[in-house]
Amino acid sequence: MADTMRIKDHNEIFHEERYAKTWEGKRAFEHRCDAAALEKTRAYIRGGEYKEKNFAREALTINPAKACQPLGALLASVGFKGCLPYVHGSQGCAAYFRSHFNRHFKEPFASVSDSMTEDAAVFGGQKNMVEGLKNAYALYKPEMMAVCTTCMAEVIGDDLNAFIKNARKAGSVPDEFPIPFAHTPSFVGSHVTGYDNMMKGMLFHLSAGEPKADKDNGAIGIIPGFDGYTVGNIREIKRILSMMGVDHIILGDNSGVLDSPMTGQYAMYYGGTTVEDVKRAKNAKAIIALLPDSAEKTTGTFVKDEWNSTFASGPTPLGIAGTDAFLLKVAEITGTDIPAELEAERGRALDAMADSNYYLHGKRFAIYGDPSYVEALVEFYMEMGAEPVHVVITNATKRVGKALTKKWADKPFAKGVTVHNGADLWHLRSLMISDPVDFLVGGTHGKQLSTEMGIPLIRIGFPIFDRHHLHRYATFGYQGVINMLQWSVNTLLDDLDRKAMPFNNDFVR
Amino acid sequence: MEKLTKDTGSALIEEALAAYPEEARADRKQHLYMNDPETDTVSGCVTANRKSLPGVMTVRGCAYAGSKGVVWGPVKDMVHISHGPVGCGQYSWGTRRNYSTGETGLDNFVALQVTSDFQERDIVFGGDKKLEQLIREAVQMFPLAKGISIQSECPVGLIGDDIESVAKRMAVEIGKPIVPVRCEGFRGVSQSLGHHIANDTVRDHVLGTAEPAEVTPYDVSILGDYNIGGDAWASRVILEEMGLRVVSQWSGYGTLAELARGHRAKLNLLHCYRSMNYISRYMEEKFGIPWMEYNFFGPTKIAESIRKIAANFDATIQENAEKIIARHRPRMQAGIERFRPRLEGKKVMLYVGGLRPRHVIGAYEDLGMEVVGLGYEFGHNDDYDRTSKEASGATLVYDDATAFELEMFVDRIRPDLVGSGVKEKYTFQKMGVPFRQMHSWDYSGPYHGYDGFEVFARDMDMAVNAPVYKSLTPPWKGRV
Repeated sequence: MADTMRIKDHNEIFHEERYAKTWEGKRAFEHRCDAAALEKTRAYIRGGEYKEKNFAREALTINPAKACQPLGALLASVGFKGCLPYVHGSQGCAAYFRSHFNRHFKEPFASVSDSMTEDAAVFGGQKNMVEGLKNAYALYKPEMMAVCTTCMAEVIGDDLNAFIKNARKAGSVPDEFPIPFAHTPSFVGSHVTGYDNMMKGMLFHLSAGEPKADKDNGAIGIIPGFDGYTVGNIREIKRILSMMGVDHIILGDNSGVLDSPMTGQYAMYYGGTTVEDVKRAKNAKAIIALLPDSAEKTTGTFVKDEWNSTFASGPTPLGIAGTDAFLLKVAEITGTDIPAELEAERGRALDAMADSNYYLHGKRFAIYGDPSYVEALVEFYMEMGAEPVHVVITNATKRVGKALTKKWADKPFAKGVTVHNGADLWHLRSLMISDPVDFLVGGTHGKQLSTEMGIPLIRIGFPIFDRHHLHRYATFGYQGVINMLQWSVNTLLDDLDRKAMPFNNDFVR
Repeated sequence: MEKLTKDTGSALIEEALAAYPEEARADRKQHLYMNDPETDTVSGCVTANRKSLPGVMTVRGCAYAGSKGVVWGPVKDMVHISHGPVGCGQYSWGTRRNYSTGETGLDNFVALQVTSDFQERDIVFGGDKKLEQLIREAVQMFPLAKGISIQSECPVGLIGDDIESVAKRMAVEIGKPIVPVRCEGFRGVSQSLGHHIANDTVRDHVLGTAEPAEVTPYDVSILGDYNIGGDAWASRVILEEMGLRVVSQWSGYGTLAELARGHRAKLNLLHCYRSMNYISRYMEEKFGIPWMEYNFFGPTKIAESIRKIAANFDATIQENAEKIIARHRPRMQAGIERFRPRLEGKKVMLYVGGLRPRHVIGAYEDLGMEVVGLGYEFGHNDDYDRTSKEASGATLVYDDATAFELEMFVDRIRPDLVGSGVKEKYTFQKMGVPFRQMHSWDYSGPYHGYDGFEVFARDMDMAVNAPVYKSLTPPWKGRV
């Protein structure tokens, strides 16, 4: 059997000499660039003058580490039971959002769009909304549809509130059918902003009419945020809160729909937070956003001002201190104790950290990703004695950049750190050339840098297209510490084994 | 379903249509039919290349995807700017597997995400000034880039930017070609218009702007091969072995210089008819270059195509052609003997772009497999006409299929394999149906040429005979 499958494919066949020959022959038809010029430019784009010009860029973005708002809106909306995301605007956007999530989660991702084209650009997309809601309702039988916008709809100024009302009037969906919505312009903020905007839309619409009780119901609402590890993390947080005996409501729980079992039948809707639970969340003791970047601004303001509820922006339960702070926060809010079993888990995580200390301690690293994730990850690696050097957050504002710089100013392991808010991975390239580091932390797009610099990439981030199953693991909690530590130390050890002299094969590390 | 016949298939179509609201049903009716191999033209049966209905979950993308993602993106020595907000460029960054050699950022720019990252102020005040500046910055960052293309995203056309005049002005300033492409996502009904627009911009800004140093009677161009997983390479070696000179590749592993000189080829070889027939027809009209479609999937079609190509040249080329076919025959035969017994009689349903559903039929038939359902995301009527000749027996045809239809058809027909895109992949796997991505070769390849066929065969085998699908029912289910 194995022999049957042994075929030279793209990974091997192009190593054959005949292909090198055909490439070489083809150069006669290309613009020739001689080896000397190539060498000269190669040196130039690795030099100091180039770095200066690179950092002087004002209009051009190269390899950014961020996506656009509606992507985040979709991830937020699939966390609610029976919810079909509905993209008001061009259909290509919906195709891109879906495939982006397909590639990261390796799961189906349903979403409709209302396919606006030239005529909608002229007359507005109301007709599309009327037809689109009607068709989607008939075909996919959702319990609710969450509408977000593409930049096309935003530029022409479509009014979702009015359009949805008119679609209801036209009979597209029953009167009581829930249609939360959010305007999510792609030219403002990033995917985390879109998550925030849609989360507010979901909570606002689904809790409408629910009276505010005099006394809270004792539950805690958790907003997971835009998280590539959402499946593993939501499960982990639910497990932790159950261990503490804390009644909890995940807003919204997309860990089911993004990890549904293979049974022979496809379930477009699987799991998710119910409308009843959203209503219950309005009277919860507090709402905690695990990743402040994707809930603080809009949803947080809404929870505080409209629900008159307590809103906690973090702490992100990542790393030992992060998880400690989260547990203390929950304990403080609910008045519960932290159970011995969690304390034991904490001890196990510490034990693991001690085991791996020598391979991370003193290592210098670069990292990129979303603001809250990067902040928490840097803290985690500093707990291992690793030293952050280049921190690139494309979708961070100046304010966030300053706050992080200030936060880490006196940290012993952060003496060499610089936070580059708004920078992209091409900036990071110059930084990593002029001030090399030992490893890089980020998603798949960091692969280019890792290859060029010859250093390992520890894949923690979003998106991760070229490795499997990571999203099923938690990065949160003490268990998350062990997972991240395992990925980190073993990636470094694999690299070490490849690079080290094989004196005695180093059977023991 | 026991067997798909004209009657059972038609009943299935009726059942799918019944789920739609009335207006939508009338529209969808024109996109679904049972293929009859006796009919030469199917234009009466299907209406293709029409607007997708709102809310039905079309699989289609947009004009930007067709231009940046398909036609322009693989041109390796140019910088392609995704002009507008950040998303479009981000989602299409490196996901189409257009293989190329070279050093990223030095002399190859395919694997970069270069964007103007529009902010609110760009929408309000327009993006032309920013475009001007970013072109200067791009030249500084990528001194060896031979040119620039501007791939418009939706807002550009809506806010009244004049990218053509910026391109014209800046091309003079930087001394390199700049190609403005009006491929805003809201234009047209699918990727298809993006292909057309991209073809037109090659015609208007690049083709014929330079002359080759020499021409020979054996000069051919490969068109409509995007070098997915190295496809164009596996094709190029065959043509070279025939004694032909491949003077340009459009556009997988292509360069600006090749596109500029493409008008001096003797024959244009068109693989993906859908995405590059436009420029082929233009070169025929304007420069008198004949073009022919060929098919390098599977030994039967490869041999047919090699002979058809060789027929345009002298006896030496024709002899070479026969030699190549003969030389590869034992290897192909061995491949078929390895895989055919494991795949014989297996049923396949396909839903891909604008070419492959008909082009891969032969390769499946080489393996003894039968295509029982097929459809195009963005095909036109002439694609369905061409399909009719390839499909044998009763075949269910679905144009611009919705997720609902695909799921229902696959669930009822229960084929042994579905070949479609990443958006479909995981749905069908959950249903317990083996699946291969037929846009990206599911991260494998090449599938073209003699080097590709065995990879194709192995991959289909790995999908169809994957042990995992045999464990769907837990042993405790159905116990008495």
